Amino acid sequence: MKRRTFLRNAMPAGVLLPSLVGGFSFKAFSADSPIMQSLNLPVTETDHVFVIIQLSGGNDGLNMVIPIENFSSYVNARSNIYIPEAKTLALNGKVGLHPAMTGLHDMYDNGNLKVVNSVGYPQPSYSHFRATDIWMSASDSAAVVNSGWAGRYLNYEYPNYPNGYPNSTKKDPLAIQIGSVTSLTLQGPAVSMGMSISNTSNFYNLINGVQDAAPDTPAGKELSFIRTISQQTQQYAAIIKDAATKVTTQVTYPTNNSLADQLKIVSRLISGGLQTRVYMVNYGGFDTHSNQVNSTDTTTGGHANLLKNVSDAIKAFQDDLNFQGAADRVVGMTFSEFGRRIKSNGSGGTDHGSAAPLFVFGKNVVGGVLGDTPIIPANATVNDNLPFQYDFRSIYATIMSNWLCVNELDLQQIMLKNFQMLPLVNSVGCKKAVNLSGDQLISNYPNPFTSNTVITFKTNGGHTLVQIIDTMGRVISNLTDKVYAAGSFTVVFDSGSLPTGVYYARLQNMATQQVRAMIKVR
Amino acid sequence: MDRRSFISKATGTKHIAIEEPPLPAGGLTPYTGPWTDNEVTHLLKRTMFGARKVDIDYFKTKTITQAVNELLNPTAAMPAPPLKEYTPATTVVTPDTNIALGTTWVLDSNNDGSIYSYRRASFKKWWMGVMINQDRSIREKMTLFWHNHFATETADINNSQYVYNHHNLLRSSALGNFKILTKAITTDPGMLVYLNGASNTATAPDENYGRELQELFCCGKGKDSLYTEADVKAAAQVLTGWKNSNITNTSSFDITRHNKINKQFSAFYNNTIITGQTTATAGDIEIDAMLNMIFATQEVAKYICRRIYRWFVYYDIDDTIEANIIKPLADIFRLNNYEIKPVLSALLKSEHFYDSLIKGAQIKSPVDLVVGLCREFEIAFQPASDYATNYGMYNYLVSWVSNMQQNMGDPPDVSGWKAYYQAPQFYEIWINSDTLPKRNQFTDTMIVSGYTLSAKKIQIDGVAFAQSFASPGDPNKLIDDVVKFLLRVDISAASKKQIKTDILLGGQSTDSYWTDAWNLFITTPTNTSNATIVKNRLRDLIKYFMDLSEYQLA
Repeated sequence: MKRRTFLRNAMPAGVLLPSLVGGFSFKAFSADSPIMQSLNLPVTETDHVFVIIQLSGGNDGLNMVIPIENFSSYVNARSNIYIPEAKTLALNGKVGLHPAMTGLHDMYDNGNLKVVNSVGYPQPSYSHFRATDIWMSASDSAAVVNSGWAGRYLNYEYPNYPNGYPNSTKKDPLAIQIGSVTSLTLQGPAVSMGMSISNTSNFYNLINGVQDAAPDTPAGKELSFIRTISQQTQQYAAIIKDAATKVTTQVTYPTNNSLADQLKIVSRLISGGLQTRVYMVNYGGFDTHSNQVNSTDTTTGGHANLLKNVSDAIKAFQDDLNFQGAADRVVGMTFSEFGRRIKSNGSGGTDHGSAAPLFVFGKNVVGGVLGDTPIIPANATVNDNLPFQYDFRSIYATIMSNWLCVNELDLQQIMLKNFQMLPLVNSVGCKKAVNLSGDQLISNYPNPFTSNTVITFKTNGGHTLVQIIDTMGRVISNLTDKVYAAGSFTVVFDSGSLPTGVYYARLQNMATQQVRAMIKVR
Repeated sequence: MDRRSFISKATGTKHIAIEEPPLPAGGLTPYTGPWTDNEVTHLLKRTMFGARKVDIDYFKTKTITQAVNELLNPTAAMPAPPLKEYTPATTVVTPDTNIALGTTWVLDSNNDGSIYSYRRASFKKWWMGVMINQDRSIREKMTLFWHNHFATETADINNSQYVYNHHNLLRSSALGNFKILTKAITTDPGMLVYLNGASNTATAPDENYGRELQELFCCGKGKDSLYTEADVKAAAQVLTGWKNSNITNTSSFDITRHNKINKQFSAFYNNTIITGQTTATAGDIEIDAMLNMIFATQEVAKYICRRIYRWFVYYDIDDTIEANIIKPLADIFRLNNYEIKPVLSALLKSEHFYDSLIKGAQIKSPVDLVVGLCREFEIAFQPASDYATNYGMYNYLVSWVSNMQQNMGDPPDVSGWKAYYQAPQFYEIWINSDTLPKRNQFTDTMIVSGYTLSAKKIQIDGVAFAQSFASPGDPNKLIDDVVKFLLRVDISAASKKQIKTDILLGGQSTDSYWTDAWNLFITTPTNTSNATIVKNRLRDLIKYFMDLSEYQLA
């Protein structure tokens, strides 16, 4: 073999770096001014944390929470995959839990689990992508909204982010997602409000200061150099590492369970004192079109394994939070983009459906089952789907109001409209966080407004643009688009015949941008 | 035993720790290996700003000789000069109202300081546009090379006509003769201001240019570059008598300011004596004699070839590279009487240049990153008639490269940018805890929100980008193609799979979900929700790859 060929073949493929910040570069935005540092406001903020568990693929809710009350119809519809009644784990006598979910059953018995029946929304989408976007953006079925509900919440909680962050009241990441990219859920009106830890091993690399291997070539040498700087540059890396290293003992988590691996990290960060408000983890494989059960024993098989892993992981997570003394601070929720069809298919699986149950869990939840047992037609056809009883946005709205302490008006701005409150969590001592507002570059008054509102913006000079965009990200108008001297200026936004709702004023001044949420009312 | 064969043998048995990665060997033997996307992309990334898909496809159909020859022999006309796109403030004492908006200012002498300032800014915006719209040749990369080599600062030159004329000299001579260029630079009005040549007189000598001519422009600081302090003084004496006119924007020689004594040089220059001249052409005669003397040394060719090597190949020049690459290149340079093209031709056609160890080993300069992004993603600017909007866009990009520490037109000092001379870090100087986040912020902005000016927008079009590849509906092929196009260092199959699952499949494991979403979008592109599904995922995918450290390599 020629030497050249040898060398070419010897070059190993590169490995991804721990991509800590999936979103924007924080350092460049930061304006950690001494004045802000010295303010040191008294902080009476809530230390509540919300954990979102996404079950990707469309989880079969009917085989997870079995409708005991309508059992014969259920068996009729699903003769090849139904879970025998005797095997289900008893809840309220009307529905039963899949036998693999013993951990969640224990939590139910301890009052730490709320089962919400038939969660969905009008005119459901059966596309994975579209349905996921609807759940993450909290939009109506027909509307495309370009930001996520948690992103909008964080944008309200931490105004002007990322200008002026981290600061003395907010040193920690606003939200953390385990995954390659921060999802739409955490997308704010302008920028992603979260950071991502691309996978669990990257997390441990960070904690242990391990660098991914690079090829032993000049390119590899430069790559390692850039990766090192990249790690050093992540403003939150040291904070995360500090929090993680404070926790030296955790309860035993199940192995070969990627959801458990992720929740173990989340628990460690929460218990280590990180003030991050929202965590998001993902567990996939729920797209069970075929062979979701073993035909010889329908309580086993692929779907059963998934449910067991979900149950074991959440149970270990809850046990760990109890062990760490952090359980009072944490509420979690599962969701999947849709449930599956009432009637099973000929392949021993289920096709895309609509409404499905979800879980809300934690020490502070109001335990029990919420809602009626889903009604199943006696002779369900392939076209039958479960109607929804609760709009998924009622769950979000309730969590934000009762757990994350958002007031009513702000809630409407985040959720884009009003939703029903549900008995999910004990809203004990909810006090809105008092946070420094970062560097405010754009604001409006009055807000809410009926027709006109005055937008005040600060420019460093040079070309400056103020534009109005809607929740879909469409530009409604450019209010100003020219060169300015440095200073503060105002422009008036005349909303004319635009419908009521949420609008965003976006400032773009060379490399700087900031977005302000505004609400038009009657 | 050379270092390379030592390493090859060592790795044959067991992995051993070595502090430095192996450097490529081989001399200037012409490359005869495969000529695929990989080699063409490498050649284009190094000789132009970014490798556009259309250019890769174009050169792939040529032979390596044809490709390199074409890059070295531009046929496109020189770019049209910068336009007046500024409106002077009412407070300007002597506004250039004689020049209409949209016409060039380069032939209009106006010595108002404010007008200088407007025009210097105009020059930088224009230059950014020229690089983005570069012809399919090495010319723009060489123009920047010469700007880095004969480094000047517009802020110091001040006179915007001098700035433009100096720059024009670099571009028009970019692929010409180095010795002739050096002569022209020596009496160039911009350089005469920048290194004080215009105030170097017999009675008040200024050694600034005389020193840099040897230390930075011709001989360098290599171990065999043994010019002396006395040589600096003697060179300064040769150079006395030149002055500028800001009416004609030219320089001229004034014998009354010239030091007419004989100039004695050191043993490094064979104890040459340059006879003092007394006529009106004394300046030219003496400079020519001095350049003949300097260019007779072995050092000039070696020094320039090292500069070229660090610009186009890699910064690490060890004894093997010096012996096998630099020295033979220097021989070619001298044999060809300091013509640039034969040197570039030999280097760019060599086996060494295409060694896999060289690929991806450069850290992109800020200009490479910003201009390369615009070109590789085919960012659409406005038609030439809307120059005002385009200059505004270019200005935005100029501010980015400046923020990332490459203020084009204004390098830190006469040595040029440190990335090309400061051992041992070299290119790594571009990357620090301030500039790396800015690089990420720039690429994020270009994909996520873009930049809007005059109701027009520059932004990466993820759909068009995906469509430039053969199979955008196949998530595996799409990711393979994007990685091959954007990254010079491959990522692992496991990483690609994770990215596919997390981003394109939205957490699913079935490839057809992306294929279906893509096809649905293609058949009904006006459906907002179908379009959003595809666009957001492509946005996240492209953003992810640009945020990888690998993207910083070229």
